[in-house]
Amino acid sequence: MTAAATNARIRADRKKKTRQFITPEGVDLELKIASSGLRFGALVLDLTLIMLSLLLFSLLVAWGGIATQSDIAVSIWLLGAFVLRTFWFIGFELGSRAATPGKRMMGIRVVARDGGRLTADAVVARNLIRELELFLPLMMLGVGAAEEMVSAWTAVAGVVWSLTLSLFLLFNRDRMRMGDLIAGTWVVMAERAKLDADIATDGAGDAMRFSEEELAVYGIFELQELERVLRGKDPRAMREVADAIRAKIGRPIAEEDDVFLLSYYRQLKARLERKLLFGKRREDKNASD
Amino acid sequence: MTPARAVDAPSFSTSRFRAEREADWIAFDLLLTKLEKKGAKALTSDELLQLPLLYRATLSSLSIARATSLDKALLGHLEALSIRGYFLVYGVRESRLNRLRRFFLYDWPAAVRAVWKETIVIALIIILGALTSYSLVANNPEWYFNFVPEEMSGGRDPRATAEYLQSTLGHGKEADDDAESGLHVFATYLFTHNSQVSILSFALGFAFGVPTMMLEYYQGIGLGAMLAVFAGKGLGFDFGGWLFIHGTTELFAAALSGAAGLRIGTAVVFPGARGRLQAASEAGRTAGKVMVGVILMLLVAGLLEGFGRQLITDTMLRYGIGTLMLAFWLAYYYVPRRQDVT
Repeated sequence: MTAAATNARIRADRKKKTRQFITPEGVDLELKIASSGLRFGALVLDLTLIMLSLLLFSLLVAWGGIATQSDIAVSIWLLGAFVLRTFWFIGFELGSRAATPGKRMMGIRVVARDGGRLTADAVVARNLIRELELFLPLMMLGVGAAEEMVSAWTAVAGVVWSLTLSLFLLFNRDRMRMGDLIAGTWVVMAERAKLDADIATDGAGDAMRFSEEELAVYGIFELQELERVLRGKDPRAMREVADAIRAKIGRPIAEEDDVFLLSYYRQLKARLERKLLFGKRREDKNASD
Repeated sequence: MTPARAVDAPSFSTSRFRAEREADWIAFDLLLTKLEKKGAKALTSDELLQLPLLYRATLSSLSIARATSLDKALLGHLEALSIRGYFLVYGVRESRLNRLRRFFLYDWPAAVRAVWKETIVIALIIILGALTSYSLVANNPEWYFNFVPEEMSGGRDPRATAEYLQSTLGHGKEADDDAESGLHVFATYLFTHNSQVSILSFALGFAFGVPTMMLEYYQGIGLGAMLAVFAGKGLGFDFGGWLFIHGTTELFAAALSGAAGLRIGTAVVFPGARGRLQAASEAGRTAGKVMVGVILMLLVAGLLEGFGRQLITDTMLRYGIGTLMLAFWLAYYYVPRRQDVT
């Protein structure tokens, strides 16, 4: 596969994950659908946290029960466990960040699909369905194990059937669970990006001048890769990139890598942004200049 | 922000654009963090007024940056900030207390009213199940063992004596004395168990409602079989009271959870003029409201079953309480009220 095709594929993938989401002000927020891996990670984190809090809660109740010598502790434990299990997700998703602790750590959140606000009933619906998605396969396994008259194959068929429901999100483009489908919600990326310093202004950067021909070899994709390398500040990666650029434009190795790259980056950015202002967007080096 | 500076600058530069706007973004970020951590109450009125201004400034920066800048870090930051801002500014429109009030006054009964057709269908299914097993068991008691598993019945089967059956209803000679201390445990257990079952019966609804209907039919079966056993020993009336005190609430809740599930099932199969997805999500929202109500109803039923039934042993009083509860739910749900917003 050629480099051009790879770049095109990366861009197409990115586009496939972005959904139009227009605010009342008319700006498209371009929400990105959270990947199934992130969703799974968030679920595992949440379940672990629930287990941990349940353990803590159990210890607390057991201590209280022994101290007071009464069986009201059993009731409290039953109720507490039920509330924890049912309302952990609902409670957190009703908050202003619309995300459970697991989702927060993964940088994702729940959003209403129609762009309206996320209502309480939608949150309730999507999380009650979770009960089914999580526990039906387990129940099928349990039934299969408990009742000997059910043959192993029936149990396997049951588990597979229930797994298709649980893994529903793998089979659609928008990564919707059964619950998302019914509640009319999406889970999207809500990462926080820190505002990094503007590398186009600070320090010395105009040490070298590049000619129009030397700058004309690259497009936006390469510029942004260069930006990533510059922000990463890894000397080995900088050396490789600097050598690649030098070879491409035919410059001898004469100056420090970072000075060279920074100067090249600035002038390339200035050139491409100027073109952008005139309505010419050159996606990558393979596009026409 | 000042257009005068842009005029005397001959060339537009994205670095200058950033230098001019950056203060707004940082202020907006700080404001959002404060809002997320401490809620809207923590903001001063000045900050509240600032919020929409900064939000719009950030969105406009995003539009300009997308059209002019190739700085990925900048674009990423502005996008993340705008998304965060959008959901906070447009997210919550009423306080939790207000939401709660509206739910109890309007949303809950309105949602239950909206699924009235499904409720009737599910109620008929439960009754059908009860009638089926009743007639079968009344004719041939052996059928009983097909309907009610051994460990569930706790000795309440056709082989038991009338005295024993009487005692299980709580006002025989052998009414347990030591059982009272465990009442609340029993009540909580019943509540959590029943809630899980109704959540399941709701959640199964999207499979075209078929599993939901089967589950409800099965509930009716168990009920009818028990009734037949007690009626066969001439205890039908007492058993009715034993069941009625909490059963009106519990079975009503069971019917509603089934109706909520069925609502989703029918919306998926017959979406009408809407898209299938949209129909499913609209039904899901109504059903979600019904389900919160169902869990609350089951809490009441659990209390009635765990405490009420064990402490009140007079059959007529049991009937009275059961009827009262039924009347209360019916009135709460179906009596029209003036200020319906949904």
